[in-house]
Amino acid sequence: MFRSMRDAKAGARLSFTFDGRPLTGREGDTVTASLLANGVTACRETPVSGVPRAPYCLMGVCFDCLVVIDGIGNRQGCLVPLREGMRIETQHGRRQPEEVYG
Amino acid sequence: MKAVTAIDQLAESYDLVVVGAGPAGLSAAARAAELGVNVLLVDENPAPGGQIYRAVTMTPVTDRNVLGTDYWRGAEIVARFERSQASYAGSCTLWSIGPDAAVPEGGGFEIGLSLDGRARLIGARQLILATGAQERPFPIPGWTLPGVMTAGAAQIALKSAAIVPAGRTVIAGCGPLLYLLAGQLAAAGAEIVAVLDTTPRSNWLKAAAALPNFLRSPYLAKGLRLMAKARRSLRFVGGVTGLAAEGAGKLAAVRVERGGSITTIACDTLLLHQGVIPGVNLSNAAGCAHDFDTVQHCWVPRLDDWLTSSVPGIAVAGDGAGIGGAESAALRGEVAALSAAHRLGRFDARERDREAEPLRAKLVRALHGRRFLDLLYRPAPQFLAPRQDETIICRCEEVTAGQVRDTATRLGVTGPNQMKAFLRCGMGPCQGRLCGPTVVELIAEANGTTPAEVGYYRLRPPVKPVTLAELAALPQSEAAVKAVVR
Ligand SMILES: Cc1cc2nc3c(=O)[nH]c(=O)nc-3n(C[C@H](O)[C@@H](O)[C@H](O)COP(=O)(O)OP(=O)(O)OC[C@H]3O[C@@H](n4cnc5c(N)ncnc54)[C@H](O)[C@@H]3O)c2cc1C
Ligand code: FES
Repeated sequence: MFRSMRDAKAGARLSFTFDGRPLTGREGDTVTASLLANGVTACRETPVSGVPRAPYCLMGVCFDCLVVIDGIGNRQGCLVPLREGMRIETQHGRRQPEEVYG
Repeated sequence: MKAVTAIDQLAESYDLVVVGAGPAGLSAAARAAELGVNVLLVDENPAPGGQIYRAVTMTPVTDRNVLGTDYWRGAEIVARFERSQASYAGSCTLWSIGPDAAVPEGGGFEIGLSLDGRARLIGARQLILATGAQERPFPIPGWTLPGVMTAGAAQIALKSAAIVPAGRTVIAGCGPLLYLLAGQLAAAGAEIVAVLDTTPRSNWLKAAAALPNFLRSPYLAKGLRLMAKARRSLRFVGGVTGLAAEGAGKLAAVRVERGGSITTIACDTLLLHQGVIPGVNLSNAAGCAHDFDTVQHCWVPRLDDWLTSSVPGIAVAGDGAGIGGAESAALRGEVAALSAAHRLGRFDARERDREAEPLRAKLVRALHGRRFLDLLYRPAPQFLAPRQDETIICRCEEVTAGQVRDTATRLGVTGPNQMKAFLRCGMGPCQGRLCGPTVVELIAEANGTTPAEVGYYRLRPPVKPVTLAELAALPQSEAAVKAVVR
């Protein structure tokens, strides 16, 4: 979906997983930017109809970037900096109690 | 600048808390600190800059031509702030503003902040909200498909992460920023296959009266340059009257209506932009009165000459006080800071007025010609109140334009708060940020009234999500414990 600019400053690489898949991202990027850069096209499913959604505004306004990070749901990926070893998962519908403690 | 990196490093209270580290907030906090005020600046983003100067201190974009000279000017604003004695908490979200019970005769505030998964309530004698603008909602059929995002989102991805849309990209909408965004993305190597301009042709007539002023404005040369460049190098399509995003589970094409004819453009990314409007959630939830600005066509907080809201002690500066652009945002931040410093007893009214005079003069210059842009780029009615019933207008609760129209006409619902009770629009996590303006527009149209008469959602804190775990872990005051424990 997104790709790196050619003459961008490279940063340190961080490892993380998305739905169990090992991926790498750049230090200094948000969770959402890292997912976009890795070609992830959708990161959540809506609570009402279950359709896939992708980040829309990237500035904390739309909440379409909601993901589960290290077991905690409803995190706005576009505001959370990526950290080494993060476990990021698609948020399915509403936040489930087991996801909170998972 | 004193960096605050953990929530327990915050003081119990500050003379002044500024929310938002864009040009307005950075200038307000720097000026106040220079006057000896004990000030804290918080921003939910990890680095200062706000929207226009986003990530200016840490952007991975090395080629300075890509983002243009205006962007790099932000470094000076950040540097001035960094030289000041103000405290700065990045990645710190403000989610509530309430009266401070510890200040018996009122006047103080208790604010809720979250940083790195931990929350705290602290005191603030004065508040300046500099939370900026958001892009105006632009609901079209299919705008919830993955692959459709705002043009501002692509700009944020570019500035902060140096990434650009990978495939065929279409930009659609109107407003002065549209050309800038298209130009920046093209310079960064994105494949922009078309720029679709939805500016209604009739707007030119309406804006003509404001043209003489615009011809003397600082926007003119810049705007013309941007427009000429975009038109020269990109495929530009004017007079677009209808848009729809198409695809199964993911964007595949955009359907374009121009007058009577329809064409389809295959694309991987569709970027929507319909100008920017003040983000009013925080000021609304803090109880500040708002009015509908008919020229900018949006809600703005009601402010006096010193940018003080209807709630004494709360000022609103920058684009959150009405769209004026980065230069005016910085100036308005300083004016608000002078006023807060005066209220905190730093200097008398005469001195405050004298300090404000040159700022006000510059402000008049910076805002010259704004009216022309506002009138010219006023969105077409069919994008403010979508015609197609199936268009989703509340992205969170998946409420459609047809449902809102039906509820307004058949059930006689006359206001957005009542609409919320019927349809749940505005009840989702975004708290009306993406549906509010459209719901108001649809109700006004259905009932033959105006947005001003319809009113807006009455919002409540928390204005940003805070987890129950964070709330439960808040240190409780004695009074709070007594209120629930018998
Ligand atoms: C997506 C977008 C892109 C734009 N790009 C440009 C551009 O390239 N050029 C241009 O001239 N104008 C641009 N603008 C217009 C913009 O509004 C500028 O005029 C300028 O950034 C306004 O400055 P400001 O200080 O008022 O607010 P902003 O720069 O928007 O800063 C507001 C800050 O408040 C923070 N904030 C908001 N709510 C909270 C909260 N509850 N807690 C903590 N922090 C919070 C935000 O994170 C943000 O950093 C853009 C607007 C948008 C919406
Ligand atoms: S993408 Fe809109 S809130 Fe994160």
